[in-house]
Amino acid sequence: MSDIRCVNLCRTFHQGDITVTGLDHVSIDIKKGEFVCLVAPSGGGKTTLLNAIGGLDKPDSGEVWIAGKRIDNMGKSALAEMRLNNIGFVFQAYNLIPVLTARENIEFVMEVQGIPAADRHRRSAAILTEVGLEGLEDRRPAKMSGGQQQRVAVARAIVAKPEIVLADEPTANLDSSSAEQLMDLFVSLNKNHNTTFVIATHDQRVMEYARRIVKMLDGRIDQDIPQDPR
Amino acid sequence: MIAIIFRLAWRNLWRNNRRTLIMLVTIAVGIWAMIFMTALMRGMVNKMVRDAVKVLPGHVQIHHPDYLDDPNIVNSIEEHPDGILLQVLNGPDIVAWSSRVRVAAIISSARESRSITLLGVDPATESEVSFVAGKIVQGSFLNDGDDDGIIVGRKLTETLETGLGKRIVIMSQDPDNEIVDRGFRITGVFDANTEALEEGYVFTGVTAAQNFLGIPGRVHEVAIVGRGFRQIDGMYQAVKNAAGPNFSVLPWTELNSYLGTMLGVMDGFVLVWFMVVFLALSFGLVNTLVMAIFERVREIGLMLALGVKPMIILAQIIVESVCLLFFGALTGNLVAWLTIRPLQDGIDLSSYAEGLEMFGYSTILYPEMTVEDVFTANVVVLSLGIIASLFPAIRASRYQPVEALIKV
Repeated sequence: MSDIRCVNLCRTFHQGDITVTGLDHVSIDIKKGEFVCLVAPSGGGKTTLLNAIGGLDKPDSGEVWIAGKRIDNMGKSALAEMRLNNIGFVFQAYNLIPVLTARENIEFVMEVQGIPAADRHRRSAAILTEVGLEGLEDRRPAKMSGGQQQRVAVARAIVAKPEIVLADEPTANLDSSSAEQLMDLFVSLNKNHNTTFVIATHDQRVMEYARRIVKMLDGRIDQDIPQDPR
Repeated sequence: MIAIIFRLAWRNLWRNNRRTLIMLVTIAVGIWAMIFMTALMRGMVNKMVRDAVKVLPGHVQIHHPDYLDDPNIVNSIEEHPDGILLQVLNGPDIVAWSSRVRVAAIISSARESRSITLLGVDPATESEVSFVAGKIVQGSFLNDGDDDGIIVGRKLTETLETGLGKRIVIMSQDPDNEIVDRGFRITGVFDANTEALEEGYVFTGVTAAQNFLGIPGRVHEVAIVGRGFRQIDGMYQAVKNAAGPNFSVLPWTELNSYLGTMLGVMDGFVLVWFMVVFLALSFGLVNTLVMAIFERVREIGLMLALGVKPMIILAQIIVESVCLLFFGALTGNLVAWLTIRPLQDGIDLSSYAEGLEMFGYSTILYPEMTVEDVFTANVVVLSLGIIASLFPAIRASRYQPVEALIKV
């Protein structure tokens, strides 16, 4: 069964008198454990598709199914619940909560899920080590570098062991060394936990890790190519 | 979940220390203004009512049913109530009561005469009910009901060009409409808040007055004092029920309808004052919350994207508002107490407001901070503050994650 299924998705945006096509009848199936890169030039529709899959935005028409449940017609609370329990997000611009420390940011999703404090602390300590941030757990985002912040964001996305990780340009603000570490972490999670990864990128380094490249152009899927990862 | 809501709310408040402190000071000043000004107003009005009630009427009066429409000497009642009425009068809700002869009369000295109200009182009970026994400035108050000395006001002695120890003549009517008069010696002079009282009322012993007027065992009113001028409903009903239909029983609010109305207006004004202060406050509060939310639209979008339900976002903003309101109110209450406490001995207004006495106001103002007013002020600010903060909170909870995330 597909982990993610999009059927005939359409989404347009209106900027004054101008109508911009975000998605133009996009259909895609992504199976559990796949490692997919959505590749497109700016405005090609990759972030729009990612947002639709994550339930962050509603398509004008079409259907989105996650783990066998249709989500495009869900209410706000049900969508929030679905995101909380199924999807981990990694955004381009780190997006940490500035008033929380690194550890609190990592534990945030688990705390909202209602996981007991002792379990949260154990899991956050382990993931901090895994992403190489031990010793920085009590720092707030403003006191961390961009790479460190992105690793906290990644740790937050994966610590609750979601079925799916959606990442939008996760390496855009990272140097090559940090980007490589991040991608190795993604691959390891994908292999060890069978987590499905969908990454929107135009970074060639990221594409090399993918087992499937979906190229988009003007809101449509132009090419869908399986490949041998690095 | 509750822990993270409170942690985020508290830390978000202190992201902008200056703005939060300004808002806290604003709320504190608002609460202080509510409590302090109300304490001053309550002090002024309550003192006026207490003084007015203490002058003569007491909290409740019993009369002959026709007396108030026609204060004729014949519209009298028994001096000593009996039966159930006596039991009620001696009950726990009543502090004191006093029977009085009360008739219109003319007082004459060798030089002048004036119309007055003659009151025949029992000094033992009257001193608990009205002001006069405690306001003697020359001579002494009456010894007992048989005492036929006369107590007059200071202003009246000036008007009549008489004084302590001098004789005056009082003239009135007996029950047969015959003129009665006799000479009395002035044994005491009293001072009152108003000149009208000093010139208008003259006191003698109740038995002496009955003998003079030819109405043995009869009086015209029974003045009753309860536990407080605001808590008279129960006592008034008990007296009214015990007295039955052969007596007229009225509370002070009807005996002095001006004061009764004023007290009602005062209670309404306090609420209006609270609302005005709150309105000024609420603009600051809502503005602060709107700004605080506007600054972190992306963050709210992120929380929604991570799976936080809109209700939790709403709760977090409300908790921020409650924290602001609670600590602002706490400070305001403390400052109000600290500023009212040193004024408990009274504020002397005599050098600023010499004319106050003419209107029955005391020139010493005693602020009264009541639990009810403090409670009401806090409830108004906290409850309406929470309602006001719903607007920005609901707005924040309705953000679309994808739109909020791209805000800069």
